[in-house]
Amino acid sequence: MSLLVGTRKGLFTLDRGAAGWDITDVSFLGEPVTAGVVGHDGTEYAALGTGHFGSHIWRRSPGGSWSEVGAPAYPPRPDDATDVSPMTQEPWPWTVQLLWTLENGPVERPDELWCGTIPGGLFRSHDRGDTWELVRSLWDMPERTQWFGGGYDFPGIHSISFDPRSPDTLLIAISCGGAWISDDAGASWAPTHGMRNEYMPPGEEYTPIVQDPHRVARCVANPDIVWNQHHNGVFRSVDGGRNWTEITERPPAVFGFAVVAHPTNPDVAWFVPAVKDEMRVPVGGRLVVSRTRDGGKSFDVLGEGLPAEHAYDLVYRHALDVDATGEVLAMGSTTGSLWISEDGGDHWDAAAPNLPPIHFTRFKDVL
Amino acid sequence: MPRIAFTSNLRRHVDCPPAEVQGATVAECLAAYFAVQPQVRTYVLDDQARVRRHVAVFVGGEQIRDPRSQSDPVTADTEITVMQALSGG
Repeated sequence: MSLLVGTRKGLFTLDRGAAGWDITDVSFLGEPVTAGVVGHDGTEYAALGTGHFGSHIWRRSPGGSWSEVGAPAYPPRPDDATDVSPMTQEPWPWTVQLLWTLENGPVERPDELWCGTIPGGLFRSHDRGDTWELVRSLWDMPERTQWFGGGYDFPGIHSISFDPRSPDTLLIAISCGGAWISDDAGASWAPTHGMRNEYMPPGEEYTPIVQDPHRVARCVANPDIVWNQHHNGVFRSVDGGRNWTEITERPPAVFGFAVVAHPTNPDVAWFVPAVKDEMRVPVGGRLVVSRTRDGGKSFDVLGEGLPAEHAYDLVYRHALDVDATGEVLAMGSTTGSLWISEDGGDHWDAAAPNLPPIHFTRFKDVL
Repeated sequence: MPRIAFTSNLRRHVDCPPAEVQGATVAECLAAYFAVQPQVRTYVLDDQARVRRHVAVFVGGEQIRDPRSQSDPVTADTEITVMQALSGG
């Protein structure tokens, strides 16, 4: 079993040996690795945000070495474009600021990759990353100009989830632009309903296109079940993300970024709560994972093996992952600590305590 | 012919040997260089073909005045140097 860990200063591979998890490979040391995915054929993809020199994508076949492939790029901004940030009124940049998430296309199209970016563009590759195209149907929607940034100056697409039953149905989620579904492989989009925000003026609480879902995660075996860790709460969908129902009680707090869904059990999901938006630290300095096993009716607060006091780790939206069995979880923090559980979250072990700040974890067995 | 060279920090990411290139402006020289070394283009220019925010292009020791479209003129003995801003943590 193998795990990829993308950090602010490199990409680390850990393998499970007889004695535990060990770092077996270090790639791109010193470079921010902002997203990564393992293709259906085992090929690894890593998105680098080099800071000075832009964002780039590298690819490594099993047993091979890394080589650079193409990367998403926006088309020329038309001279008559009027899109501006709704918050600052500054012109919308048609240039990649962050490659935020990489995802596989459906198994029926194994060469397909998708990439969500800041400032809000969704990109698709048909050729394992060699070339990319902006999904214009989404970018050209008038509603896009109402999206706004959450923590960044411009909005970003962080979640891309295909429905395994239908290769043309995908759900995306945007901070802050709601969640959208396409049933025609990205040719057209419909907003999803039921999320509630606390940060907009009265009357705007349920407006779909200004919601801030921090992360959505789908149950692979029962794809109608989708979990949503939202900026100010937790939501669940039983119809593939088209409608959301709020779960108001999630101890020890409803704020957080990460969520993963059990691959086969639709009642099980894991979250990593923090106090709330203006206090992004674990409640009481105690890092815990919150797990439901009954569809969100109740939650277990799991802390065995995690720091119980003076822990200020935050787990970003892509930094919690679950393997294909639903038993093994990996969690990495902004403080650079990596924990792994091999019993569904009941117990955790520190697998690597001193990594750079962790952007994502990915098991290499593809769900 | 104008000559173009890149900071060693960029050579860490991508092969970008110095070269002599044809052109009357910085944009023409960069285009000539990228025609031979296409892998370097997106490291220096952003999606809108502007010099990246944290990249600095010098002509004869002075930073160019038009990073948006690189219209700064060059002559046959011009040295174009592509550097980076200093930042990080």
